Formats: sequence, C-alpha cells, structure tokens
Amino acid sequence: MLLIRCPYCEEERPELEFRNAGEAHIARSTNIAGESDDDFEKFFFIRSNPKGVIYERWRHIHGCARFFNAVRDTVTDKFVMTYKAGEPKPAKLPGASK
Amino acid sequence: MNAAFRIPGAGRLRQATASFSFDDKSYVGIDGDTLASALLANGVHLVGRSFKYHRPRGFLSAGAEEPNALVQIVRDDARKTPNVRATVQELYDGLTAHSQNRWPSLAFDVGAVNDIASPLFSAGFYYKTFMWPKSAWKNLYEPKIRAAAGLGVSPDRPDPDHYAARYAHCEVLVLGGGAAGIAAALAAAETGVRVILADEQAEFGGSLRFESGAKIEGEDGFAWAQGAIAKLKAMDNVHVLPRTTAFGYYAQNFVGLVERVSDHLKSPGRELARERLWQVRARRVVLATGAIERHMVFADNDRPGIMLASAARTYLNHYGVAVGRNVGVYTANDSAYAAAIDLKKAGVNVAAIVDLRDNPTGPVIDEARALGIEINFGRAVIRAGGKLRVSSMTVQPKNGGGERTIPVDAILMSAGWTPSVHLFSQSRGKVAFNEETRRFVPGTYAQDCVSVGACNGTDGLAATIDEAYAAGAKAAKDAGGRAGKSAKPKVDASESWSRGMLGAAPGAGPDTTVKAFVDFQNDVTAKDIRQAVHEGMHSIEHVKRFTTNGMATDQGKTSNMHGLAIAAETLGKPIPQVGLTTFRAPYTPVTFGSIVGHARGALFDPTRRTAIHPWAAAQGAVFEDVGQWKRAWYFPKAGEDMHAAVDRECVTVRKVAGLFDASTLGKIEVVGPDAAKFMELLYTNPWEKLEPGRCRYGIMLREDGFIYDDGVVGRLAPDRFHVTTTTGGAPRVMHHMEDYLQTEFPHLNVWLTSITEQWAVIAVQGPKSRDIIAPLVEGIDMSDEALPHMSVREGKICGVPTRLFRMSFTGERGFEVNVPADYGEAVWEALWAEGQKHGTCAYGTETMHVLRAEKGYIIVGQDTDGTVTPNDAGLDWAVGKKKTDFVGIRGMARADLVAKGRKQLVGLKTKDPKVVLEEGAQIVDDPKQAIPMKMIGHVTSSYWSENCGRSIALALVAGGRDRMGQTLYVPMPNGTIEVEVTGMVFVDEKGEHLNG
Ligand SMILES: [Zn+2]
Repeated sequence: MLLIRCPYCEEERPELEFRNAGEAHIARSTNIAGESDDDFEKFFFIRSNPKGVIYERWRHIHGCARFFNAVRDTVTDKFVMTYKAGEPKPAKLPGASK
Repeated sequence: MNAAFRIPGAGRLRQATASFSFDDKSYVGIDGDTLASALLANGVHLVGRSFKYHRPRGFLSAGAEEPNALVQIVRDDARKTPNVRATVQELYDGLTAHSQNRWPSLAFDVGAVNDIASPLFSAGFYYKTFMWPKSAWKNLYEPKIRAAAGLGVSPDRPDPDHYAARYAHCEVLVLGGGAAGIAAALAAAETGVRVILADEQAEFGGSLRFESGAKIEGEDGFAWAQGAIAKLKAMDNVHVLPRTTAFGYYAQNFVGLVERVSDHLKSPGRELARERLWQVRARRVVLATGAIERHMVFADNDRPGIMLASAARTYLNHYGVAVGRNVGVYTANDSAYAAAIDLKKAGVNVAAIVDLRDNPTGPVIDEARALGIEINFGRAVIRAGGKLRVSSMTVQPKNGGGERTIPVDAILMSAGWTPSVHLFSQSRGKVAFNEETRRFVPGTYAQDCVSVGACNGTDGLAATIDEAYAAGAKAAKDAGGRAGKSAKPKVDASESWSRGMLGAAPGAGPDTTVKAFVDFQNDVTAKDIRQAVHEGMHSIEHVKRFTTNGMATDQGKTSNMHGLAIAAETLGKPIPQVGLTTFRAPYTPVTFGSIVGHARGALFDPTRRTAIHPWAAAQGAVFEDVGQWKRAWYFPKAGEDMHAAVDRECVTVRKVAGLFDASTLGKIEVVGPDAAKFMELLYTNPWEKLEPGRCRYGIMLREDGFIYDDGVVGRLAPDRFHVTTTTGGAPRVMHHMEDYLQTEFPHLNVWLTSITEQWAVIAVQGPKSRDIIAPLVEGIDMSDEALPHMSVREGKICGVPTRLFRMSFTGERGFEVNVPADYGEAVWEALWAEGQKHGTCAYGTETMHVLRAEKGYIIVGQDTDGTVTPNDAGLDWAVGKKKTDFVGIRGMARADLVAKGRKQLVGLKTKDPKVVLEEGAQIVDDPKQAIPMKMIGHVTSSYWSENCGRSIALALVAGGRDRMGQTLYVPMPNGTIEVEVTGMVFVDEKGEHLNG
C-alpha cells in the first residue's frame, strides 16, 4: 500500500484514503461543442500510458475530498511529488528516476 | 517418562509431558516440542507421502523451510487445518495430527505405483499428457488427478475461529530474531524510537538454538538471546512478536506480518484470535532473516531419516532428541561436522562422515577426528538404501571406483547455506551473485532497508553482531532516534563456516537416471531440470514452470539454488547469467482467515437500513439487497406468494394509493450563487429558467454522451437545488459532480452536500394520495393550482419539517414526502394510519418496478447499460436544444451516436399475453435463420402487469422506433416467443392519471 501526500492536508496518508482519477493536465475545451472529431478523440480517448513518469489526478476521497495532481513513476510505483489542482505541470521534478 | 530417542540431560525442554496422536496412534512429548521433535523423540520419521510419486517422506528440516512433513491438524469437526508443517507446529496436550496424500495408509500407499511408473511422470508430464482431447481433461484427467494428488483435505465447514487485524507504525522494524535481529533491535531500542521485532519461531534465537559453540557476554548464545528478549520486552518503545512471520514486503516499507496467536494452545479461549494480521509501516526495516541450509542432491536423498545437518543439531541441542542411533554425515562444507561432533558427544554413533572436498582442514575437522569419527574425503554418497526409513548409504570416490555400503539409520547432510533474500527481493531490491562464495546476496536496495547477518552473506557471529548492531543504531538514528550509550554485545566464542556446493553431487550427474531430488515437495529431480533445458526451456522462469521446481508451498527455499545450478550447468552458462526466479509473497503460506480478518459474515460489507425498515420488517416485508441497502421487496399478506402480493399492490396503488419507502434514493443539495449554472453544465436539461418551487426530471451524461444517471430535481430557491439520484448511483454521481466542480469549473461558487441519509422519503402514490397527506400537512396549499405536478414546497407534516414533492414514478397522482430521517418512521406510521381509512397498501420495490414499467419510465442501469444516449432512450425532450455546453454535449454528437440503426428503447408485447419474457433474452427478426443468429437487441425489463391483464416488456432494439407494429422473435430453450414492437407506455397513454 502506497503512502500519498495530500497537498491540501499536507500529510502523507495511506493509499486506502485515495482514489485515482486518471491522467492529469487534459483540459476540457471551453468550446467543447465546437471541437473537431480529432480534437475530441485526443481529449477523451487518448492517454499517454508511459513507462516512467506519469502525471495523474488523485482524489483524497476518504479525507478532505479534494482532487489534486501527482507525479508518479510507473516503473517503481513511487510518487515523485503531488501538487494542487490547477497548478501548472512542474518544470523540474525532485529526484525523478528518468 | 522419556520417549526412546529423547536423550536425558540434552536439550532445553524441562516441562510437563504432553500426549498427542499421529495417525490415531498415541505418543508422549514434552511441552515446548514441535510436532516434529516429539515424533522424532518417539522414533517416527515417516510422516508423509510426496505429491507426485507418493514416495515416503520424513523431516528434512527443523523450521519453516520444511517441504515434506506436512500434516493435517484436527481440533474438532470444523477445525481441520491441512498442510501444517510439523516442524513449526508447537505441541500441546491432546494434539491430533494426520498424515496427508496417502491411501489407504502411510506405510502402504496405492499411489506409490506412480514411483514405479515414474518415467511417465517426467518434467512437463502434466502439460504434455493431459492436453488432448480437451473434453477428456475436463471429464477424465482433472478429476482423477485431483483425487489422487492434492495436499491435504480442505475443511468442509465454515471456519469457527476469528482473526484479528491491526495497523502499526514504527521507526525500526526488525525481521528475524536470531543473533543479528536481536542485536539490531537492542541498538535501535535504546535510542528511544518505536521498534518492532518479529520472528516466526516461538522462541527467539534463530541458529543459536543449535549452535552449541556460540558464547555471547559470557553466556551460552541461546541463553543470551532469551535475556536480551526479556530486556526488549520490558521496554515501552519495543514490541516483541514471536510466532510472527513477515510474509510480504510491499511499497514504502509496508510489511505484512501474520502472528499465530493461539494455534499452539491446548484450548484457546474464544477471546483469543487464531491469527492476527499486522500491517506495519516502518521508517526503516532491518532484514535479519538468516540463511537456510541446502541438502545434498544424490540418489534417493528423500528417504525418511535423511535430513539437514542443522536440523539434526536443533533436534539434539534444543529438543534433546537424537534423530538416530547410527548416523551418517554427507557434506560439502564444515557445518555438518558440528552436527556429527554434537551427536557423538551425546552418545550417538556416527558411522562415517563423507566429505566431497579433497583435503579440507580446520578445527571442526580436527575435533571430529579426535572424537574417533571416521572421515572420508573426496568421496560421495551415491545412493541411499531403505524405503520407509533410510537403512544405508553407499559411498564411492567422487571420480568413480569401488563402492562401499555403510549401514545407517539417518543421514545428516549439508551442501552449504543459502542467504534468505526473499524479503529483500520482495522489496524490489536486486540481488548480486558473489562468485567467491557462490551465493546471491543483497545488491541494490530499492527501499529504506538494510540486510544484516547471514541473509547479507556475513559469516561468523562476531561479524554478524558488529554489522547488525551498527545497522540497528543507524536505522534508528536515520529515523530520528537519539544516540545510544550501550556497547554492542561481546562475542566470546562462535562457529563459522561458509562455502559448500550447488547442484547435483557426483553419482547424480547428467549421465545418470537416478532420482536425486532437488525440490522435495514437488518431486523435481536433477534429471527433470536437465530434461527441461534439453526440451528448450532456456529461461530459468520457464524451467521453473515446466518442472514446477520451487513452485510448491515451500517456494523453493531449499531447492532454488540447486535447480538454478543444474540448469546453468546444462545450459553451459554461468549462474548469474541464468539468474534467479522471482521471489513472491507470501514467504510462507498465509491463511485466508488472516487476510479476511473481521470482514466476513455480517461484517463483510456494511448494511444500510432506512428509518422505516423496522416498520417494514414488523409487517413481514420480504427484503432485497440493493447495493448495501436492504429494501422492502414486497409485503405479502397471509397465504400470498410474491406474485399474488405484487399483483395486489399494483392494483391497489392505481385504484386507491400506496405507500413506498423511497429513502434510499441518492440526494445531493447543490447550493450557491452559481448553482443553476452548475446544474446547466452537469445535466442535459435547462435549469436557469426553472422557477423556484418547481421540479424537473434531469438526465446526467458522461463526457462520451451516454446516460450516467437520472432523477427528479427540485429548485427550492434561486440558489438551492434538491437533486435526487438513483439508489445505486449516489456516490458516483457525487464524485462526478465534485470532479467537475473542483477541476473543470472551479470558478463556479457552488457547494455540494450529500443529504441521502438526512431525509427519509415516503412516496404516497395513487388517486387517494392527496386525501391521505393533506390532513397531516401544515403551511402548504395542496390544491392542483398551488401545487401542480412537478412542484416542491417546504412546510410541515405531523409537526416536523418537510420538503414535499409532487411527483410521480407510477403515473398516478403522487407525492414524495421528505422528512428528517429521525422522524421517518413516525411520519410513515401517521400516513399509514391515514391511508388505512382509504384502503391503502404498502408496496415494495417489485411493485415500484412494475408500475414504472407500465408507464415506460426507465431505470438507469437496467434499461440502459452505459452505451445508451438520451435519444436511444426516447428522452430527446429532456436535452436542452439551445444549450451550448453540458457534460456529454460533444460526445453525444459523435458520428456513431447519431447514426441510423442504433438500438432504441421500445415496448414489447408477447403475442400470447400470458407469456412473460425473460430479462436479458435476445431478440431476432428472423427465427428461421441459421445459428448463430443475428441478434438485434435484448429485453431490458419484463413483468406480469395485473393492471394490463397481460405481460409487458421494455427492450433495446436496433432501429426500434421504426419497427412499431413489427413482429420480432425471442428464441428461448423451450421454443421461440413471438412479440410485437409497441410504444413504451402501457397504462394511461395520455397521462391523465397524474391529476386523477
Ligand atoms: Zn487531503
């Protein structure tokens, strides 16, 4: 069971309290009704599924209930860092394996 | 009273005797024995039959690595635990054990014919022989194999024991309680940090149990260990856990331990759990898991009486038991000499030591020689004699030559020691092969842990304690402990050995066909492994699966390295290039009970009951499970079956009225200045213009355009919506709403609150519904003008606050009375009493389903399945045509979702009105077509409708709305059913009853 740091509670808590919510930094268009088929496909269906660093959304569902973003290494399963929803993708990762 | 092989004065057991039985024969042991030591004290070596060949087997070891001595422990009719290792089962007075895997008896086993027919049972036998034809596998081979094989018999009653579980946090977790683990724990404990020390044995000390040559702080090593443990137990910051196995090492120093709480007790009280699962999160882990001795791989090395040298020493030095009267020793390293010396000194005859090495020297060899023990260098044991018990060993120079057979009643063997890197490997650390010592040791670490002592390849007691003490102190310091003051324990005398051999011994080489066992539990021989390589298995993982080497419950603790060496030799590759197989959890088998813990029976899943549940139960309602909820299904009167009850309830609601407990409906309050904007984005419908006091049926989509949930929403105020969801959908709808509110529309000023359990909901439906409610209501004008269909008012009922919805899920005039849950039962009883004046009934979920189907109202999740759009469901009217955005607006417009021929919801009427279709039944348009037929849809809802006097059904049918009046067919096992496609409304098509 992983330990995940909730950026709102500012505490590491066991994985049981959290729920994964898919890939992060995929913005919903403000003009979604007008999107082309290709753009909607990219937005809704295509995910990066990398071997290595992935940017994910998590929710502290059995805690403060907030959604936040996390950087995780899919090879080691380690969380590199977490940050609040709405904050930009971090430019530099502390101690990332790749 | 001493058993025949108990040596007076030897060992450490001084306690009361304990009687026990094995295969219905009674024996006497001593408190503190294991079942193994007690049987050996009575001269019993034959305890099991092997899995495949049914060969007689005895004890190989004195610990958790035991592959052979698996027994069934029987406490009573319900407690019959199979596959218990006799070497770890502690004796208690009255213990009853049975041997396994034999028929009709242990000494005469019919299955042993497999041994004679063994050329048929070579590596990969199961894969090759039983694959064809397929039906024979299912009907013939598998049942026979299962009957003949298998390890023990499963209990056939529910487990009456209970299992505890707890989470724990500590700074330093020490796994393994030998000299290394104790030293590490001592160093860590005195820094003041929280320490947990766990060992799988009942007593701490590890190899100090048998190392008669160890002296620490002036004491015998084992005595020092007991003193140190007593000191640790007395410290507030230390938790000492005996009989506790670390079975799994998971991410971020999360370690699973199983503590065996009461399996060693004669009559454990009900207050004691059988086992306790510890889930420990540690800042630092110290691995002090020791090493496991390897056997020698030679012909018939599995005969009862042949065991590891350290096991024989343990039985002697700890339990005071001689494993024979005339023992032989076969070794490739020094450690077996110590066994020979200890036994000789205890008065046991040592027939000969056979040492594969040419001219080894050292103090133990000198001592053995001085005791007059015959030593043969450069020789191999090429065969063991005897069947149910070893009777001789045949010795030959290792490069060939004359044979000599020496009579013995036990053979003690040692091929060297394998560091136990299981937990290190589970932690995702990478092992490294040490060429000089020919062993895998911890290499690259992946977590905050450190290996010390034998599991780290550290030889010698003094070096082990140095390393462990320093590691324990550092782990504690790194985790925030203060500096310790005490000095490390001083080692006065110790034993030390290393090296040994890997693979098959001379006489069991590639040119032979003898049965030289590598893996005892799965009956894998050296020859099997060579054959696997010859047949093309070049990866060690393939060799493992093909031969099943290391795949039994002992997880290859004694066999992995031998198997690897033989595979490497056959492949002509160095060992590190062939590589180790993966070590998987659990380290030793773990019961399902300990994993499940308290989460079984009534505690398996929470049960949710509504406020009105007690009333329904008292009325004799039959309940059904809907998610975690118990819902009243129907209310049978005396003599009624379900069918009769539902028919009566359905007719009563449409003729008079009925009361229905709708409390389980999900309810979410959407509040804030932007509440209407938020609703516009989350639902397909328009909300901005909905007047406060009015309601609307809302549809929620996912972004892909498919229906996700539905429900009636009431606007209580400009900034307040009372949203209802499906019973099962409440949590995911809340999650979905929170997701969008927090991450896509955070600019909206809205709060979401789950109010499902705040409000009890009583649906009163039927032409008399208003007459029933009105007398109890204060402050709400109940006239049709003031309170039309699809409106909501706040006021009081029976003196308590209510949100009174005028709405209908039956098609009749209807209300849903929301009251605070604490008043739910009282208000229900008041409404019930009022209803009795009119002849009202209570109705359950089955009637609710029939009534809504009669009106063509859908149930999300029953009539939809996650691939149904609003248009497919005939709900286009609920999608705001002028809206430019809502979740699902773009997904709904995808080419496939607006294409012709999509499955659409329609009604079905069977040509024979008495026939009720099966839900899920498939629909075709031509019943005469060849099989497999083209299926054009399926039945989603189907009921007998007493109100219609016929069956009714809803179905998803390709192009359904263009097929009105068509005849379709539902092929069933007992014949094809003809149906007519109709609209979805079967009762009151004009909707007049809503105001009736
Ligand atoms: Zn939080």
